Amino acid sequence: MTETVQAKLTRKDFQSDQEVRWCPGCGDYVILAQVQKLMPELGIPKENIAFVSGIGCSSRFPYYMNTYGFHTIHGRAPAIATGLKASRPDLQVWVVTGDGDALSIGGNHFIHALRRNVDLKILLFNNRIYGLTKGQASPTSELGKKAKSTPYGTIDAPFNPIHLALGAGATFVARTSDADPVHMMEMLRRTAQHKGSAFLEILQNCVVFNDATFESFTAKDQRESKQIYMQHGKPLTYAGGTKGLRLTDGHAELLETASGATPLTWNEQADVSAAFALASCHTPDFPEPVGVFRAVDRPVHHTLQEMQGEAVLKKLGPGNLSKLLKAGDTWTIS
Amino acid sequence: MESASTKSPHPPRKSRELTAVTIRFCGDSGDGMQFTGSEFTRVSALAGNDLQTLPDYPAEIRAPVGTLAGVSGFQVQFSSAPVFTPGDAPQVLVAMNPAALKSNLADLVRGGTLIINSGAFTQQNYDKAGYTSNPMEDGSLSAFRVHSIDISKLTATALAETGLSAREIGRAKNMFALGLMLWMYSRPMEPTIKFLQQKFAKTPDIAAGNEKALKAGYYFGETAEMFVETFVVAPAKLPPGTYRSISGNEATALGLVAVSELAGLKVFLGTYPITPASDILHELSKHRNFNVFTFQAEDEIAAVGAALGAAFGGNLGVTSTSGPGVALMQETIGLALTVELPLLIVNVQRGGPSTGLPTKTEQADLLQAIHGRNGESPVPVLAASGPADCFDAVLEASRIAIRYMTPVILLTDGFIANGQEPWMLPEVDKLAHFEPKFRTDPKDYKVYARDPKTLGRAWVRPGTPGLEHRIGGLEKHSLTGNVSYDPDNHELMVKTRAEKVARIADELPPLSVFGAPKGDVLVLGWGSTCGAIQQAVQHLRDKGHAISAVHLRHMNPLPKDLGEILGRFKTVVIPELNLGQLQMLVRARYLVDAQGIHKIKGKPFRVSELISALEEYLS
Repeated sequence: MTETVQAKLTRKDFQSDQEVRWCPGCGDYVILAQVQKLMPELGIPKENIAFVSGIGCSSRFPYYMNTYGFHTIHGRAPAIATGLKASRPDLQVWVVTGDGDALSIGGNHFIHALRRNVDLKILLFNNRIYGLTKGQASPTSELGKKAKSTPYGTIDAPFNPIHLALGAGATFVARTSDADPVHMMEMLRRTAQHKGSAFLEILQNCVVFNDATFESFTAKDQRESKQIYMQHGKPLTYAGGTKGLRLTDGHAELLETASGATPLTWNEQADVSAAFALASCHTPDFPEPVGVFRAVDRPVHHTLQEMQGEAVLKKLGPGNLSKLLKAGDTWTIS
Repeated sequence: MESASTKSPHPPRKSRELTAVTIRFCGDSGDGMQFTGSEFTRVSALAGNDLQTLPDYPAEIRAPVGTLAGVSGFQVQFSSAPVFTPGDAPQVLVAMNPAALKSNLADLVRGGTLIINSGAFTQQNYDKAGYTSNPMEDGSLSAFRVHSIDISKLTATALAETGLSAREIGRAKNMFALGLMLWMYSRPMEPTIKFLQQKFAKTPDIAAGNEKALKAGYYFGETAEMFVETFVVAPAKLPPGTYRSISGNEATALGLVAVSELAGLKVFLGTYPITPASDILHELSKHRNFNVFTFQAEDEIAAVGAALGAAFGGNLGVTSTSGPGVALMQETIGLALTVELPLLIVNVQRGGPSTGLPTKTEQADLLQAIHGRNGESPVPVLAASGPADCFDAVLEASRIAIRYMTPVILLTDGFIANGQEPWMLPEVDKLAHFEPKFRTDPKDYKVYARDPKTLGRAWVRPGTPGLEHRIGGLEKHSLTGNVSYDPDNHELMVKTRAEKVARIADELPPLSVFGAPKGDVLVLGWGSTCGAIQQAVQHLRDKGHAISAVHLRHMNPLPKDLGEILGRFKTVVIPELNLGQLQMLVRARYLVDAQGIHKIKGKPFRVSELISALEEYLS
C-alpha cells in the first residue's frame, strides 16, 4: 500500500467483519466508535497496529478492530503486550482492559508495564463491576457496594486507578468518560501520541449490572457543575468559571472565583503530588476531575533496549556463532 | 617455595596410572567448594579426560557456618575411558569441616582416601555437626586412608606476609586443597594460576594470595611424607574433534543463540529467576550482540506471556523456568497451543512438590508437562539426556515449535543443568537451518487454514499488509478463526489440535536400541538418567544378560516404533527419579506391564543401584 492510499483510510477500514456483541446500550460501543474514528488520523498503516486484551467485556474489543489483534487471558494483556512491543518496536500496541482485568487479576503486570515505561496505550474501561461474570464487586466498586458476590455490601476498599498508575510511575495518566465522546476523542488522541506507557481510564457504564454508576456527574446536565476539566496551562475552574480548585498543604481546596481566590493553573508536568491531590477529588465534596493528570517524558523501554543493544554490538562486534561456541577453554582430540 | 616457576624442586614420587577417579570436595557453603570443584574439573578437561560432575549445594546461600544444613559438595568423575555419570561413590573425599565429613562420609568407598582440614575439626564444630564423639579418635574412620592436614593453619602461615586480612586468608584455604589435589593427580598449576589472575584482575593481592595458597597445597603434597604416590589419569580416547566443558544450562543458552541463527529469528527469552534455571538467563543475557533479547519479567506468568507476545510478533518466544514456574505458566501455554504460535518452555526440573528441593534434581514434572493444563491441551514434550545434549535438544524443540506452530516443553533437570561434561563442538555450517515461512500473500488468507502435512497454520508477522487478523483463547472456527461456539466445530478443533501434535511422530527417526534388538529385559529411560542406565546395562550385558536399553528424547508424542520394540522383550523396566510417571504413560498407552525403579531423593541414580535393581528382573 502506498502512502497516498493510507491517507485515505477511514473509520470503516478499522471495522472488522465481526458482529459486535456487547449488550445494547453498553458504554463500550461509544469507545469502539471513537477509537475507530481516531485510527485514520494517526497516519499509521493499520497493519502496524495491534490491539491486545485480557478477559472481560472490554477485552472483546480486538475482535472488532480490523488491525492485528490478540484476545489473551485474564489479566495478562500488559505482559503479553510488553513482549510484543519489546520485540516489535515498529508496531503501535494498544492494551484494552477493564477494572477487574487490570486492577485485580492483572494488577502486577499493570504496574510493571507502567514502571518500565513500555510504549503501550492502555485503555482501562472502568465500570466498577464484573460484567462478563454477571455482576460481582470489582476492585473499583465503592465500599459497601451490594452486588451478587456481596449481598451485604463489599467491605473491601476500592483502588483509585489514577493513584495506582501515578504511584507506579506512569508517564501519561488521563481520565475521560463514555458519556462525553468529544472529550474522549481528545484523550484518546493524547494517549496515542504519548511516547511511553499511556494510561487512560474511561469511566464506562455497564447498563446491565451497574447502570448509571457515574451518571450523577457524567450526565450531560451535570457535567458542568460536577466535573472539572484539567487543561494544561489553564486555571482549574468549573461551574461556568464560578468555582475552582487550588492546592493548600498538598490538598485540593475548593474556591469561589468571585472571592478573588486564584485557582491553580494546571501543569501536566508538575510534581506528581499535584496529580495525586487532584485524583483524590470526588463528588459530592469536590468536582470529579477529567483530562490529563500527568504527561511527562521518561526514557521509553524499547529506546533503552535499542541503545543498550547498539552499545553491546559496538563493544563486542557482531556475534559469530562458531566463535561463541569455541569461547573459553577448548582442547582438540585428533 | 617462592619460585615463580611451578616446576617442582623435588623429584617426583612414583606415579600410578588409573583409569577413572571420583573425587568429592565438600565443606561449608562459604568454603568455595563449587569453585574448587569446577576448577579441578576444568583442569581435568584440559588434560583430555572424559568427565561428568555433580554439584550438590544447599538452597540457603549461607546457612549457619559449620552446620549440616550448610554443607556444599562437588563431585567429579574423570577418566581415560568414556564417562557416563559423575561416579557412584568417591574414592577421594576432601572434607573441610566436621559437618561436611558427617554428611558425606557414608558415600566414600571403603579404603578410600579421606583428606581432612584438621584445623576446622574443633570441639565447637563437632558440636555444630552433631558429633557426640570425636570421629578422629573413635575408630569411625578406620576403614579409610585418612590424611589429617591443618589446611587452615598452613594456608594462614603461607599467606602471613601478604597483608591480606584474616578473613581473606581464611577464604583462600580452598586453593590449598585444590593445589594438593592437582599435585596428587599430576596436574599442572599453570591453568589455575592464569585463571586466578583473570578472575581477580581487579584485586591483584587476592589473586596473588590465592596463587600462593594453591602453590602451598601443591608443594605440601610434594614435600610432606604423607603421601606415598601420585596418580595419572591419561587423556580419554574421545572421538576426534574440538571439545569444551559445558553445563546443561550453558548448553541450553548456547542452543538458543544457535536457534536465532539457524531459524533466522529473534529469540526472545522472557523469564523470571528461579533455581536451578537462572543460569540460562545469565548466560543468554551476555550475548546481546546476537539476535537474542532477554527480558526479566515480574513473575513467571509475565515471563511466558511476554514470550508469547514476542511469538505473536513473529519471533521465537522462549521461557526458562523450573516446576513451580511451569505451574504458573500453564494457562499461557494453553493459550499458546490454542492460538497455535511457536513457543519454547524449558523446565529445569527440581525436587517438588511446591518449593520442594530447589537445588536438588528430580524427574517428577513429566505428567505436569504432558497433562498439566485445563481442557484437551496437547503439547509436544522433549527431554535432554545430558549437559551437552541440552544444545541439540533446544534445536530440536525449536524446530518442532516452528514447523508445527505449537508450544513445546523441553525438560532438563538440576543434575544436568549444573553438571558438566566435555562437549564436542558441532560444526556450525553443518547445523540444519529451519527458517519459518511467514505468509505474506493476502489472497484467500484464512487464519486457521493448515499445512496438509503438519497441520500447522500459517505464521503471519504483524506489519504484513492485508493480513490483519485476530486470534484469542476462545474457541475459533476451524478455518476463519472467528469466535465459534458451534459444538461440531469445537470437537473438530480439539481433534485437530491433538492430531497435529500426534503427527510429529511421523517425522521422528527410528529409536536406537542399546544392546541386542530383543531379549529378556528392556530398560526404558528418559532424560538425565541416560548415562547411569547405559553404564548399568553395559555392565549387565558384559555379565551375559539379555538386557538392552532405549532412551527417549520425545516424551510426547512417543516415537511410533516404541510399542513394537517393547513387544520384543519379556520385561520392560523403567527407572525414573519419580514414582513412575513414564511407567504410567507406557502402561496406559501400550497395555504393557512395565515395571518401575523409583528414586526420589533429590539425587541421580547410581550405577550400582540400577544394577542391583535390574538384577531382580534377570534370573
